[in-house]
Amino acid sequence: MSERQVAVLGVGMHPWGKWGRNFVEYGVAAARAALADAGIAWRDVQFVAGGETIRNGYPGFIAGASIAQALGWSGAQVTSCYGACAAGSQAVSVARAHILAGNCDVALVVGADTTPKGFFAPQAGERGDDPDWLRFRLLGATNPVYFALYARRRMELYGATDRDFAKVKVKNARHGLENPYARYRKLVTEEEVLASPMVSDPLRLLEICATSDGGAALVLTSMAYARRRTTDPVAISAVATVTPRYPNTVIEMPNFATDSAAAAPPPPVAFRDSIAAAAYAQAGIGPEDVDVAEVYDLSSALELDWYENIGLCPPGDAEKLLNDGVTTLGGRVPVNPSGGLSCFGEAIPAQAIAQVCELVWQLRGQAAGRQVEGAKIGVTVNQGLFGHGSSVVVQR
Amino acid sequence: MKNKVSAMASWFDARPERPRLIGSRCRSCRSYFFPRESFACRNPACGAADLEEVPLSASGTLWSYTDNRYQPPAPYVSPEPFAPYAIAAVELADEKMVVLGQVANGVATADLQVGMRMELVVETLYSDDANEYLVWKWAPAAGSRS
Ligand SMILES: [Zn+2]
Repeated sequence: MSERQVAVLGVGMHPWGKWGRNFVEYGVAAARAALADAGIAWRDVQFVAGGETIRNGYPGFIAGASIAQALGWSGAQVTSCYGACAAGSQAVSVARAHILAGNCDVALVVGADTTPKGFFAPQAGERGDDPDWLRFRLLGATNPVYFALYARRRMELYGATDRDFAKVKVKNARHGLENPYARYRKLVTEEEVLASPMVSDPLRLLEICATSDGGAALVLTSMAYARRRTTDPVAISAVATVTPRYPNTVIEMPNFATDSAAAAPPPPVAFRDSIAAAAYAQAGIGPEDVDVAEVYDLSSALELDWYENIGLCPPGDAEKLLNDGVTTLGGRVPVNPSGGLSCFGEAIPAQAIAQVCELVWQLRGQAAGRQVEGAKIGVTVNQGLFGHGSSVVVQR
Repeated sequence: MKNKVSAMASWFDARPERPRLIGSRCRSCRSYFFPRESFACRNPACGAADLEEVPLSASGTLWSYTDNRYQPPAPYVSPEPFAPYAIAAVELADEKMVVLGQVANGVATADLQVGMRMELVVETLYSDDANEYLVWKWAPAAGSRS
């Protein structure tokens, strides 16, 4: 076991949905649930790290401080972290660093979001120097367009089929059925997935992650502090927040082009393969040690890419892993037992934190209706816009 | 008669006889960038400040493709009613990079195949009272239509 661990003493979430209320409310609910779970009073929290999103990022809406104020000013130190979909892991990373540096014993990590309807849209105004604005103006390239480019590429490289992609959705719908925090809790069949409207060929409506409201929180403490309160705490043994290496030869949202490999060869490990690898190296484990994984299934097809990216199987074998039931509850390494983004939809600054909440419940044996039996080591992975990798290893 | 202008003049030379994307190339390590890099080479082994403006290859091979069947939010300027369009990711051989573009009007995903030859064309993206704004699109190269 690494000496650089921090304990997760409490986890809490506000259910995902389309509630239309202020994000602070979800953040406070999640924070109070995590504090109650930890048995720690809010006034004993010494450091607050908020996962931030741009929509919440106007003056007066800085996540960490807004939620701390709503909980009642206590003098705690505070930060807010923005890293697109990886914002939550960055908040975890900062809180962990403060604990390991001896700067505090008890930290609250919290992220929450309120989302608009429909496609995510860029900031308003004329923003001719902002690639996220320009990709809508010049290309009409929505997020699903990028997911679909990866999906088509997967079909071309590995012979993946529409039916393989639909099976991922069917699996995740079944996993999330009894998760009280999931927004979509309904079984679907392959036929229903394949009959849902095509959004961006080859991806259909039921295969693309929705946008949701929700909140998630963790109470992190030093291991010494945790051991005074519990005998067998769940620990975070790695947090990776890596960026790509040049040249990044896979087209990334919201870019118009990849890096050029004309002068420098592509790195030996591609960006998405490097994310969990960095976390494994920190934790001193390998993919063969993983019992359960929460991966960022922005689309059904992308979940298959992640199987390979986090080392569960070699490139091209993900469909076989899925079809053999290896990644289904009861299989060797269940993926997205929470139901994943497929059942949640994306609440950006909360999502990477929610992934950790799920793994903590799994490792404690508290994931009723979706429990991975005997899970000891779990990994999360996600990727945020503009080159933010994120992966957390949780173990017991 | 409206003026025909590039929707993004610093990125795209829209002259119909020779449409070209405009990128930059590092004079030191010869890395390419699109859109143009304004102040320094992004190759971490280089970092030189000496960049030149270059037209990118006007053809390449199709790396992947998709389409969009629902109207995107602003700032996309949609015709009424909305018309679906395909989008291509095309790999340029000399530059060793992949560049996105909409696919020419009238070409659907069923007409596309990964690996096929694509070439750059000019089409109208949207219009206002004064101007017609032109953008680059990718179209299957002559003889490549499946
Ligand atoms: Zn250079």
